Amino acid sequence: MHLLAIDTALFLEKLSMVAVVVFALLGIALYTTFAERKVAGFMQDRHGPNRAGPLGLLQPLADGVKLFFKEELIPLASNRVLFILGPFIAMFTALITGAVVPWGSELELFDRRVSLTIANPDIGILYVFAVVSLGVFGIMIGGWASNNKFSLLAAIRGASQIISYELAMGLSLIALLMVTGTMSLSGIVKQQMAGGWGGLLGWNIFVQPLGFLIFLTCVFAECNRTPFDLPEAESELNMGYHQEYSSLKLGFFLFSEYVNMIVSSAVVSTLFFGGYDMPFVDEAALAGQIGANATAILGTLTLLAKIVFFLFLFMWIRWTIPRFRYDQLMELGWKKLLPLALANMLVTGAVALLLNR
Amino acid sequence: MQPLTNRAKVLEVRPLNFMERLYIPSILKGMAITIRHMFRKKVTVQYPEEKRPFSPVFRGLHVLNRDEEGRERCTACGLCAVACPAEAITMEAAERQQGEEGLYREEKYAAKYEINMLRCIFCGLCEEACPKDAIYLSETFAPSNYTRKGFIYGKPDLLIPDPVREPEAFAQAQGRIAERKATSGRTS
Repeated sequence: MHLLAIDTALFLEKLSMVAVVVFALLGIALYTTFAERKVAGFMQDRHGPNRAGPLGLLQPLADGVKLFFKEELIPLASNRVLFILGPFIAMFTALITGAVVPWGSELELFDRRVSLTIANPDIGILYVFAVVSLGVFGIMIGGWASNNKFSLLAAIRGASQIISYELAMGLSLIALLMVTGTMSLSGIVKQQMAGGWGGLLGWNIFVQPLGFLIFLTCVFAECNRTPFDLPEAESELNMGYHQEYSSLKLGFFLFSEYVNMIVSSAVVSTLFFGGYDMPFVDEAALAGQIGANATAILGTLTLLAKIVFFLFLFMWIRWTIPRFRYDQLMELGWKKLLPLALANMLVTGAVALLLNR
Repeated sequence: MQPLTNRAKVLEVRPLNFMERLYIPSILKGMAITIRHMFRKKVTVQYPEEKRPFSPVFRGLHVLNRDEEGRERCTACGLCAVACPAEAITMEAAERQQGEEGLYREEKYAAKYEINMLRCIFCGLCEEACPKDAIYLSETFAPSNYTRKGFIYGKPDLLIPDPVREPEAFAQAQGRIAERKATSGRTS
């Protein structure tokens, strides 16, 4: 019976953690859609939505309710099962990526040390990678099942785009992993916290600036954000893969994009910007002063601040740069980013070899 | 060729150099522009709260005028209907009876006066045609309506409030006109 002796407290702890992360992701995504529209407005000298509630803060709720009550339409010529499956895969993969991100250090509750990470596998980064690539199946299946030329083109574009950028992304990560020597995300964060200036100098951005740039570009491509939003290119593909979708299924597609953005921001912050590490602050000393719990919460807030910064960057770029042409996109991926990432990997490997000698 | 302005810019077409092919400097330049715009003054007019001043020559909904004693000025001569290029105005004349002197200024008056606001093009020719100063265009425009019928404005919709019986409403309407005249005087 020893095998079945599950630690109930651990089970509850993880369950509540899952609930918190999922609802937090959805909640933040809700307001990211709002922020997106506000930022767009401000960058175009407009106000953005400001009618629903004070400052327009109820706008995302209004949008959600609207989507919820729209007529559910499934085209006759579509493949019904796959048509329904598409948005669900998109949403599901977007949400489960958050499982391995270390959202904070540890809380001490009821004499237990509760880790603020849902799961901390040793291959955390590989998991993120795998799941993010699965996300494109949502686009592909949705686009194909719609039985619409535009949707199909969008699905093809999405798939080829992900393949082209995944390589460069993986190679830039290999260089990073050569430096860190671990694939566990919390391990990477702990390493960065050990750097000078309260952890700031330990951030991987200073070790791998080129790798960061490549990774960030690829993240934009993976999230289908401008300038790489070819799968949904409104002007040429007429919303692309979600053209035939309506009601909540459309909402799922739109929403999964934002959830993806949040998780990607979290991953970028974790890998290159110290995760929940507060710059200029020695966490161990702070924990001695104000307690471990307060420090952990402050750390989580720091991570959130970094995420918000990256979300803003996503929007900032979106409302600045026009979309790439399709051949330009492919050229950038294969002819520029890939060789660059390879060179970066080579140099990093050589330097690591020399230093370890 | 002689350039018309000195703003003409000679473009040289050449392949991008290395820095340009990196894209990053130009991307940062673009981002600097957009972030500057975030703090600019907004150009939006927040409509229901904030209204743009009308132009002094704005022509809006029609008003049927009364004289100082509150008598309707319109004599149903039909000149406005003749002048109307959209044929939006219809009227029926009636003779003033004994005891109605306080209501109508002259012996003949419009028993029915209707303007179809869907036909009206707000050209203001009726205002120009009227010999009795009985009709003029205000600065409000026709509000939306669910039915076509709702756009046919009869006398109750068009008549200005009676200065004798409803002095407050009349003053309000007059005030709006005066205000409009004052602002138009200022701007012109």
